[in-house]
Amino acid sequence: MSEYKFFLKPFAEMTDADYAEVGFRSGLEIHQQLLTDEKLFCRCPAGRYSDTYDAEILRHMRPTLSELGEYDGTALMEFKTKKEIIYRIQRDTVCTYEMDDTPPFMMDEQALDQALGIALLYNLNLVDELHIARKQYLDGSIPTGFQRTTIVGVNGWIPYKDRRISIVQLGLEEDACREVSDVGHRRTYLTDRLGMPLIETVTGPDMRTPQEVAEVAQICRRLVRSTGNVRTGIGAAREDVNVSVRGGTRVEIKGVPRIPRIPLLTYHEAMRQWNLLRLREELRGRGITAETFTSETEDVTRLLQRTSYLPIRDALDAGLLASAVALRGFRDLLSWQTQTNTRFSREISDRVRVVACLTKLPNIVHSDSASETLSSSEWQTVRKAVKATKDDTLVIVWGGPEDVKTGTQEIAIRAKEATIGIPSETRQALGDGTNGFERILPGPDRMYPDTDLPPKKVTQERLDGIRRAIPVPIWTREAWYRELGLPADIVEPLAMSRQADLFEILVKDWKVEPVAAAVALVQFPKRLKKKGLDVRRLDGDILRPILALFRDRKISRDGVLALMESAARGEPMPGAGEIRPATEAEIYAQVAVSSAALRTMTIHNPARKVHVLMGLVMNALRGRVEGAAVVERVRAAAEERC
Amino acid sequence: MAGDDSYKGYRGEALSVLKNFGAMVWSDVEIKTSRGTYTGIILPRSETADPLHIVIKLRSGYNIGLLARSIESVTISGRKEAHYKIPEKEFPYDPSRPKVKLLGTGGTIASRLDYRTGAVIPAFSPGELYGSVPELADICNLETEKLFGVFSENMGPEQYIATAKAIGREIAKGVQGIVIGHGTDTMHHTAAILSFMVQDPPVPIVMVGSQRSSDRPSSDAALNLMHSVKTAAESDIAEVMVCMFGPTSDTYGLLHRGTRVRKMHSSYRSTFRTIGDIPIAMVSREKITPLRQDYKRRRADRNVKIDTSFEEKVSIVYYYPNMKPDIIDSLIDNGYRGIVIAGTGLGHVNKPLYPSLARAREKGVAVYMTVQTLWGYVQMYVYDTGRDMMELGVIPAANMLPEVAYVKLAWALGRTPDLEEVRRIMLTPVAGEITKREPSNGYLILQGGIPEVEEFISTIKK
Repeated sequence: MSEYKFFLKPFAEMTDADYAEVGFRSGLEIHQQLLTDEKLFCRCPAGRYSDTYDAEILRHMRPTLSELGEYDGTALMEFKTKKEIIYRIQRDTVCTYEMDDTPPFMMDEQALDQALGIALLYNLNLVDELHIARKQYLDGSIPTGFQRTTIVGVNGWIPYKDRRISIVQLGLEEDACREVSDVGHRRTYLTDRLGMPLIETVTGPDMRTPQEVAEVAQICRRLVRSTGNVRTGIGAAREDVNVSVRGGTRVEIKGVPRIPRIPLLTYHEAMRQWNLLRLREELRGRGITAETFTSETEDVTRLLQRTSYLPIRDALDAGLLASAVALRGFRDLLSWQTQTNTRFSREISDRVRVVACLTKLPNIVHSDSASETLSSSEWQTVRKAVKATKDDTLVIVWGGPEDVKTGTQEIAIRAKEATIGIPSETRQALGDGTNGFERILPGPDRMYPDTDLPPKKVTQERLDGIRRAIPVPIWTREAWYRELGLPADIVEPLAMSRQADLFEILVKDWKVEPVAAAVALVQFPKRLKKKGLDVRRLDGDILRPILALFRDRKISRDGVLALMESAARGEPMPGAGEIRPATEAEIYAQVAVSSAALRTMTIHNPARKVHVLMGLVMNALRGRVEGAAVVERVRAAAEERC
Repeated sequence: MAGDDSYKGYRGEALSVLKNFGAMVWSDVEIKTSRGTYTGIILPRSETADPLHIVIKLRSGYNIGLLARSIESVTISGRKEAHYKIPEKEFPYDPSRPKVKLLGTGGTIASRLDYRTGAVIPAFSPGELYGSVPELADICNLETEKLFGVFSENMGPEQYIATAKAIGREIAKGVQGIVIGHGTDTMHHTAAILSFMVQDPPVPIVMVGSQRSSDRPSSDAALNLMHSVKTAAESDIAEVMVCMFGPTSDTYGLLHRGTRVRKMHSSYRSTFRTIGDIPIAMVSREKITPLRQDYKRRRADRNVKIDTSFEEKVSIVYYYPNMKPDIIDSLIDNGYRGIVIAGTGLGHVNKPLYPSLARAREKGVAVYMTVQTLWGYVQMYVYDTGRDMMELGVIPAANMLPEVAYVKLAWALGRTPDLEEVRRIMLTPVAGEITKREPSNGYLILQGGIPEVEEFISTIKK
């Protein structure tokens, strides 16, 4: 009983040892859009988004059996909700395949090549023959009711700290629709994103603290971006995290908005699981187990007809019903804390919201609540109706007859699950870093072979070609950069950029000084971009000659920036003869000219004289000389003139 | 039992590798290849896949294929055969509900995976159906009988006759409605022939199938089944009908007269359409709404006329420019007794065919003309071509659809060898296969891209 004595500290105070105490384990599932021209199983263009639509289609989903003959738990749950699903179709982005009115076309070869390349970087064991599977989704996010998906490789790894993070598998699959709204029994989706190729990378539950989860997510992000084959921008990469604690269950949190939000989210899930385990201990202490759990349900519509609690009053006035559920022995437990500022009652309310579709909150009231809902005499009356004692908690739900029936069932189900521990669920990330219930966690029973497409062989020749084209892994590059002494803020961006290969050529073959090359490839484009210039022009063919001039000491570092700037503006490169370093005489002459100009200026702060004069001289000599060569002359000149 | 099923579907190199390691199908294994290590269950191999790979199911539920020759070792930890079975619950019986019989001929109303071909085959029994679509029990007491299980392209007179006879039996037993599960590809052919073989039924006879197989969550199977069972149980439309989706959305189904319906798209849910007229009714889960009043009404008696005549030597010829007369000649020489031509325009073919058409008449081969355009009437007086052909004995078949004319001619020739009598049968409508008039809304093909059409489509659930 004492194994759950530990109390989670506030987020900022938790240490690695604390997380070890609760047995924190976490893994990632990263969905990343590939950068292809077309979608995965049809020839529609990929990457076009639009909120407008030409037509709407209405569908319903029903659970079907898995290949091995079982129903999946999530499917049954979704079926209970009896949702109408509306799909909005925009003709430029979808065809009859997405509408599930035409069978799939052959898999996009570009997407497969990109996925195989990334799988090699993750050190995965590749599959010889791809078998396309159907992963059932009954929430409506895919019109066919399943996502076509296939495994490309298994059992890989990436280095992290002094160990390895296992990569369980990498899959290639279609993206789903974007949700527009979900109210009551109707859910609406836009279909533009549907069918775009995604890779799904699943790590093992190898991360030991919330911070590690975020760090590994960043490594994976940089790794895939280094191939140049992934989409960037909002929504192109989505992370889901799995969290469990000692004695707990694997729970998946979806909809993580950005990697920096991961630590707080995983912390809260660990806290929620830990607190649910403590709740189970509490129930055990009261003699309540799965076998001894009892509840009682009664219609209380008539009893609450006159209540002044508005949500119920309005519902009953509209002719709806109210029912009460008595959870025997549960007194005070609905206010058991689960996450920061969150109580067990939220777990129940979430189920009622998702499964019974009672989406208008609040959707329940309970007798453990600190806030004012029903009057004490009303609670008394209800208590009598369900034959509840003061040791029992009452939960009231209201709505249409079908929804209330489902609601009272879900209340009892979730309360009973508290005696078992932590239900296997998919949870939603919320804005404050806590999470809410989304659905029952799907299992392997939702997989089914896709008989519309034949298996696809991955030949050795194809792999050899891909192997030649993939970049060196980012960690190898980063280690080398650190050896070279590159500044810390350049190491990571350079490793994943398009220019990493050019950097290698510049340093190894052209013998350009590494820090200067790195600054030119990473910092200078940033600066130019800030000025509003289009830096995409600055490819290898433009940059190599510029950096060659620098290597040959014909221009300074500033000169490199200056030439990059004019190249970005589309100006022609100056001819080789025009670029030469400034001579001693030229420097001397320029200092004289600039000093004269200086005398006509009003300098308020005499200490700034040298600085201003330097500026004038360097501007004029525009990149043909290093500052160091000039500064002595300038200083002397400034002092002489004082 | 060792032998066939232990290595189900495997052959060649893959089979010898499995035998070598004694790794039978359904074994739980860890396989080490030159590319890495993989853990899972060995699955049967599909007949149409190559003999070089072995398929395993990973713990995650995904299947992968491994190159047999790259396998270095196999460690077996157990074996458990999977039996794919749709949960069979007993269909609940309620004496106040009407009795409906569901005859199975094939099609994917309820189905399962066949490892032999890697494709889907039908599975069928009231218990299985109830397990998949429990809503049926709210509509009727359902009995099912599997007559046979063929893909609809494999249907023929043997199946038509067996189905017609089964319908006759059920009506005699006093069933309140009949539903026939059928593949969609030739559902309209069967609907037409049954309209002739089963005349003046006292109860609804509803054909149903699904465009998206029932092993998908989005399948139209469940709703089609509910609609057709409701129609069979409750409606007063005593005809042979096809019941399939109206739009592609899950909103309503349509009841099409069996002699005027046709599958018009290879894959859309809304593929079936009534040609040259409007459907009989709309059907939803809540109600049946007739769209017209000229249908045969349900009767309390148990009388029906079953006539299972069918002459197999009948052909449809789809005319195309530059068709050579030897096509017709070879039909004549092969003993064909009837030819239905799907001609162009108002019912035309080219001149070179005329001598063969004349020969057909001499040899006592019945030749009828229909239109390739599907919509519209044959009218052979308008052009010389048509008049010449009528002189040669080609008989215009009004607005009978080519496939319907084909089955009707087979049925008519099966009844009598007398070509005059055949002609009388062909041109006397039995079940709406020829209509006196084509209403203006019988041909409503909206063209996409046109602004007002796009505007309209955007306002309805497609």
